[in-house]
Amino acid sequence: MFDLRMIPQEIYDSLRNNFGDAVLDGKLDGVLDPWIKVAPDRLADIARFLRDDDKLQFDSLMLLSGVDYTGGKLGVTYHCHSIKLNHKITLKVEVTVENPHVQSVESVWKTANWHEREAFDMYGLIFDGHPDHRRILMPDDWEGHPLRKDYTVPEYYQGMKVPY
Amino acid sequence: MHDNAAHIEALDRRPVTVPGLGRQLRSEEMVINMGPQHPSTHGVLRLELIVNGEIVVDVIPHIGYLHRCFEKHCEHMTNYQQVIPYVDRMDYVAAMSNEFGYAVAIEKMLKIQVPERVEYIRVIMAEFSRIVSHLIAIGTYGMDIGAFTPFLYCMRDREHVLDIFENACGARLLYNYIWVGGLSHDVPADFQDKVRAFCTYFRPKIKELNDLLSYNKIFIERTANVGVLPAEVAVNYAVSGPTLRGSGVEWDLRKNDPYSVYSKFDFEIPVGKGLMGRVGDCWDRYMVRIHEMEQSVNIIEQAVEQLPAGDVQSAIPKRIRPEAGEVYVRTETPKGELGYYVISDGTATPFRVKVKAPCFVNLSALPAMSRGSMVADIVAILGSIDIVLGEVDR
Repeated sequence: MFDLRMIPQEIYDSLRNNFGDAVLDGKLDGVLDPWIKVAPDRLADIARFLRDDDKLQFDSLMLLSGVDYTGGKLGVTYHCHSIKLNHKITLKVEVTVENPHVQSVESVWKTANWHEREAFDMYGLIFDGHPDHRRILMPDDWEGHPLRKDYTVPEYYQGMKVPY
Repeated sequence: MHDNAAHIEALDRRPVTVPGLGRQLRSEEMVINMGPQHPSTHGVLRLELIVNGEIVVDVIPHIGYLHRCFEKHCEHMTNYQQVIPYVDRMDYVAAMSNEFGYAVAIEKMLKIQVPERVEYIRVIMAEFSRIVSHLIAIGTYGMDIGAFTPFLYCMRDREHVLDIFENACGARLLYNYIWVGGLSHDVPADFQDKVRAFCTYFRPKIKELNDLLSYNKIFIERTANVGVLPAEVAVNYAVSGPTLRGSGVEWDLRKNDPYSVYSKFDFEIPVGKGLMGRVGDCWDRYMVRIHEMEQSVNIIEQAVEQLPAGDVQSAIPKRIRPEAGEVYVRTETPKGELGYYVISDGTATPFRVKVKAPCFVNLSALPAMSRGSMVADIVAILGSIDIVLGEVDR
């Protein structure tokens, strides 16, 4: 069978041709999973292009994870995969703690709905355009975002002392 | 005097907001709460059903009751090896598969090769845990629908596999058996005989299960054409495992993106064909599990015949310090695609461990499967995606 898989360099070039400066950086060699860093305010368009382009066809988002890089920098990592063509790429965006806004990709891949809620819950990342932006694992009235590296375990929850 | 009727009418006309619904409740709609303590939610899961009469308009799942901060714990370990007992406790009915995925991920970061014997034993254990997990899924599914006997039959057969696990590592449920670079113990001398004996014993039991449950008219009536998940919706929701294959998508990481020694074995990928109704209904998802158990027995038989000799602990690293970098590794567990996204900063403690839990993703597709079905079908649909809340909430 004719192999239609694209190598990371081709995917990078394709994004670069279509989105220019929104593609910020990329590490394609010498790492276990090649990644491309893009601008958080163009993310939804890039994701839609990745899904709909005939040569890319990234029909599935394997995982969306929030990351705290420390030093006031947060990030989101998207592991994209094409079931039709069986190739992969990792997208990254980086934002600051003061302005943690990332475009939502919920309209592109429905699976992002819960993953984005989890990233909001755990890191305080805000996904613009998400239809149901609530906490998912922690209680609705929880304060703080537990997976931040500077998070301290609270002594009190709603005025009640936590007994440990 | 207070006008009661007018007061009640005014109350009735209050706009009702349901968080997660995205709109206000219509006057003909009602909210039914299901869980968190409910026999067919398979753990502590709460569903809010928006119903119009008997028809389910929407489902809003509420999760997090079993959240134990697994990912936070990982960042506070002193050693990568210490994470393994914690991954056991995610999908606690198939703990071997969780350990397997984690070990593969860290070995990829460390760029170490494990001995052939270790790989073969890992595959045998992972396939056994697939059988165990599917037996529980099938047994409890039958019970959800109203058939009690298959559950007892499944539990009986499961015991034989747990005996094999206990014989190998001393534990019956949470093993801490598959370590980064090797295994905690080699298998005992009579392991191969016991495995062969189980395979001979188990094949006829699958037929028994088919006669008892799979082709039972009542069971088919309850599951065929219920909760249909079309293939393109399934892919968009990134569901995996039997839930994806039930929708007719032939995708199994053991074949399509092989890891460990799976490429050496001959086996098939069962997919849903819509034999009793439409492709992607509950019966299809159920039947994929039955066929997968047959295939697992095939793999185990091949692996146990070819089991090479060797030392299972020779490749265990004394000190685990992966160089700074990150990796995403996914393996096929009984529930679906289990992924580990691990970031290392060059120290002995993981900087970040994020788990793609197949049950979390599969459960997120529940509303898409349930809209328009009857209230009683929700139990059938939820059972057919086979969730374990330990993994959903982590």
